[in-house]
This record gives sequence, structure tokens and C-alpha cells, in this order.
Amino acid sequence: MLLIEKVGHYYSDHMALEDVNLEIAQGELVSIVGPSGCGKSTLLRCIAGLVRPSQGQISLNGKEITDVPDNLAVVFQDYSRSLLPWLTVRDNVALPLRRRGGSKAARRAAAVDALEAVGLANAAHKYPWQLSGGMQQRVSIARALAYQPALLLMDEPFGSVDAQTREDLEDLVLRVRKRGMTILLVTHDIDESVYVGDRVIVLGRAPGRVVADLAVGLPTARDQITTRELPEFVHMRAEVGRLVRGNGQTFNPGPPFSS
Amino acid sequence: MSSTTAGRRPARHGLGVLTAALHRWLALIIMVVLWELGTRAAKSVFFPPPSKIVRQMYHLWFSGPVSHLFLTSMATDNILPSLARMAVGLAAALVVGVAFGLLLGRSDRVLAYLDPLFQFFRVIPPPTLAPVFVVLFTFGTPMQLASIIFSAIWPILLNTADGARSVDQLQLATARVFRLRATTRLFTIILPSTMPKIFAGLRLSLSLALILMVFSELLPGTTDGIGFLLVDAQSRSDLPAVWATIVLLGILGYLLNVMLLVVERRSLAWHHGARRTEAT
Repeated sequence: MLLIEKVGHYYSDHMALEDVNLEIAQGELVSIVGPSGCGKSTLLRCIAGLVRPSQGQISLNGKEITDVPDNLAVVFQDYSRSLLPWLTVRDNVALPLRRRGGSKAARRAAAVDALEAVGLANAAHKYPWQLSGGMQQRVSIARALAYQPALLLMDEPFGSVDAQTREDLEDLVLRVRKRGMTILLVTHDIDESVYVGDRVIVLGRAPGRVVADLAVGLPTARDQITTRELPEFVHMRAEVGRLVRGNGQTFNPGPPFSS
Repeated sequence: MSSTTAGRRPARHGLGVLTAALHRWLALIIMVVLWELGTRAAKSVFFPPPSKIVRQMYHLWFSGPVSHLFLTSMATDNILPSLARMAVGLAAALVVGVAFGLLLGRSDRVLAYLDPLFQFFRVIPPPTLAPVFVVLFTFGTPMQLASIIFSAIWPILLNTADGARSVDQLQLATARVFRLRATTRLFTIILPSTMPKIFAGLRLSLSLALILMVFSELLPGTTDGIGFLLVDAQSRSDLPAVWATIVLLGILGYLLNVMLLVVERRSLAWHHGARRTEAT
């Protein structure tokens, strides 16, 4: 479905991505994990058509991505800036449906359905800033769901919420995928990449390139407590952890907070 | 949550409202009392006491028939045309200012071409243009409107441009991802996001419009208006009427500003709400 060939991207002063090759099939849930500053978000923005890669090409269903594709949605990390504070939660969710046509009532009904799917039907008439961070991120997920994209990109979606909320939202993603959309989740959290993904792509330190492409051998039905106890999970997260840190060589966390 | 943010502010009722109002008006009340005492003691014809000014205001403008809301014909013939000119001028400045401001803020090319020009026009004190406007437009209302618009447009235009330039990048990225049409992007993202700045400009423009409203009515060729009343009273050496006109202008300015604040509070409820939650 999504084909990434020899993609590289450099900004004026540094190389963010180099020779990235990936193929993602319809219906997959793929985690992209890597140290901060490895170009994960750049890759995601290239796929979204927001950034034109300097090298290589990306195609969606055989068509090269030159602008934002029609059937794609993005959930950004910074929910408070991506939701519009002057619109109610329901109108925020209904906003992208405008291009799809239909009456205002139908769009609003679809928005309420999507909010129900993320457990926020009661908040439809509130404003985003009246909700907690986790709830706001649910609203942006609902907005993406209502849009019914074939491909959903999530850029560090749970980076700014507390641990408990994070787990709830991870489970929400697992529920959402049953709708059949292809999901690409960018994260720097190793546990999260393994817990949520069918497949984990590890990007190396900048310039980012694919250092590993691992299938996750966990059952489809997952649970925050029991799944994390499974030997496969423990083994896998250790492997991914080593890869992210640099292939099991000497422990070198790199400069903290570099981005 | 809305309930918690509302609850965090101290509840105001009964005595609280009264003391708050008293604090607000205390300085004014003291000043008026001192003014009254001072002018009565001085007995100068140039400085009539406030009580006399108020009686004069009542006599001139507010002793009319009930059917005219107590307004005299002098009031309806002068105050209303002034306010109408100001409203039309301000509305035109708002529409044109916002339209150009959005263009200027969203297009680097337009900005590069027009910004130096606008910065130049902006610093010209509007009264100095009155002689030009007298030549360009007919005496009376057209010239007065031109003066009001030309002075009131700049704060709105430049503030709108500033606001439109600083629309959140992530909001615009979101609009691109969901492929919103240009009109949707304009009316649901750029314009609302610029609203707080537009109102900030409008507040400045309101006081400028009031100043230019009066000023343009002081010029020759004027046949009605508050400024006309002022010149007229002065030429008749009717000092209480001069003072009454000045006080009337103060009251009008205050009321118009209060009205604007009410409108702003309603249309920017989201802005103040979001700011409050950010602060806590």
C-alpha cells in the first residue's frame, strides 16, 4: 500500500534521513521507533505530503505522493495546538468532513459517532481547552476516525500525557485498528512500539536509516498487564532497546534531550 | 472543566458587587465633588459647576418628548448624525482593514509591496490630511467619513496583518492534512485565530474614530454634529453648552468602549477560556 524508496531528506545544515526503504501493507499497524532526533517525524511528514523529501520517492497505492493524499489523516503530538480552540469538540471533529460534502446535520452525527468510539460522546459540546490532555488527544483521534482515512499517521501521539492515560490511549489505538485502516505510529517509547505494533521499524541515530524491521510475535488481543508479562514481549523490548541504543554495543545514550 | 474554572473565581454577589462598583467609581465621585466645590467657590463664568453643566445637558438634549425617548430635536439632529457617521466610518475601516490585513499577513509578496507604503500612511497625523480631504471630497459627510476611515483603518489593518502572520503552524498543517478548502481555511482557521488581534486594533480605532468624528465636524462646511454644537456654543460664548458637549463626548466614548468590550468578551469567550486554562 505504502512504498518508500531510497528516501533521504536534508535540512540546510544537517541530514535528517538517508536511504530509507520500506514497504507497508494494507491493514498493518507499524511502529517506527528510534532515538530522538533520528528523523522519525521528518519521515512521517514526508509520508503525509507536508514535506517533500530531498531524495527518493514515496508512493501510496502506486501513486507518488507530491501533496497531501486524499485518504490520509495525521494525529499530532501537540493536541492543544492541532485542535481549534474556537470550535466545540464536535465541530472540531466534523471540520474535515466538510470536503466530503453531506449536510451539516449528517456531518455532526458522524462526529458524534466518532466521539462515541473514543468514549467522549458527553464532551461533544465542550471546548477542547475544557478537557484534560488525554481527552484532547482522544478528540484528535476521533477527528481522524471520522475522516475515515485509509492511512492514519500518528506522530508521538502520547508523548505529552501521563502514564495511565498513555496506556488507555494505546488500547484505544488497538481498538481503532479493527476498523481496517493502516496505521503508522511514530514513537520514541520502546515498550509502546512493541505493545501496539504488528511490526517495529527501528531507525538509527541521525541521519535516520532503517536498522531493523521486526515482526512482533504477540497475539492480536493484547492487554496492558498480561501482554507485558509475556516472554516474547520482554525479549522483544530488550532487542528493540539494544537496537535503538546502537546494536548492543557500549552503552551510549548520546546527548540527553537532543532533538 | 468549565465548572472548575468558573468555581475557582470568587463568587460575586450582594455586598461584593456594591463594594466593587464603589471602588471603581470612587475616584470619579470624589473628583466631581471637588470640581463642584471648587467651581462654586471660584464663581468663574468660564468654569461652570458640574451641576450646572448637567442641567444644561438635560435642557439642551434630554428634555424632549417621551415619543423621542426624551431626546430633543437638537439631540436627534446633531448627536445621531455624528454617531451614524462614526459607525459607518468604523464599519468601513473594519471591513477594508481586515481584508487588507489578511492579505498582508498571509502573503509575503503583498507584504513586501505594501508594508512600507502603509507604514508611511499610518504615521501621518490624520488631522493634517483634512485640507487634502476637503479638496478630494465634498464638504460635509463625505469628507468627514473619509477622515474617520483614514484614521481608524490603520490599527485594524496592521493588527490584523500581525495576527494573520502568526497563525499557528500546526493548525495550518492540520488544515493541509485534512485538505480544507481555501475558504474553509480562511473562515474557520485564519480569521478566528486573528480575532483577538482584530479586537485589539478595533479598540484603538474606536477612540481614533471618535476623535476624528469631532475633529471633522469642527471644519468649515459642517451643518450638524457634536463638533458643530461645540463650535456653535463657543461662537455664542455659551460656556455651559461648551462644557456640556465635552462631557457628552466623554460619556459617549465611555459607553462605546463598554459596548465594544461586551461584544469582545462574547466573541472571544474561547480565547479568554483557553488563556485561563493555560495559566492554571
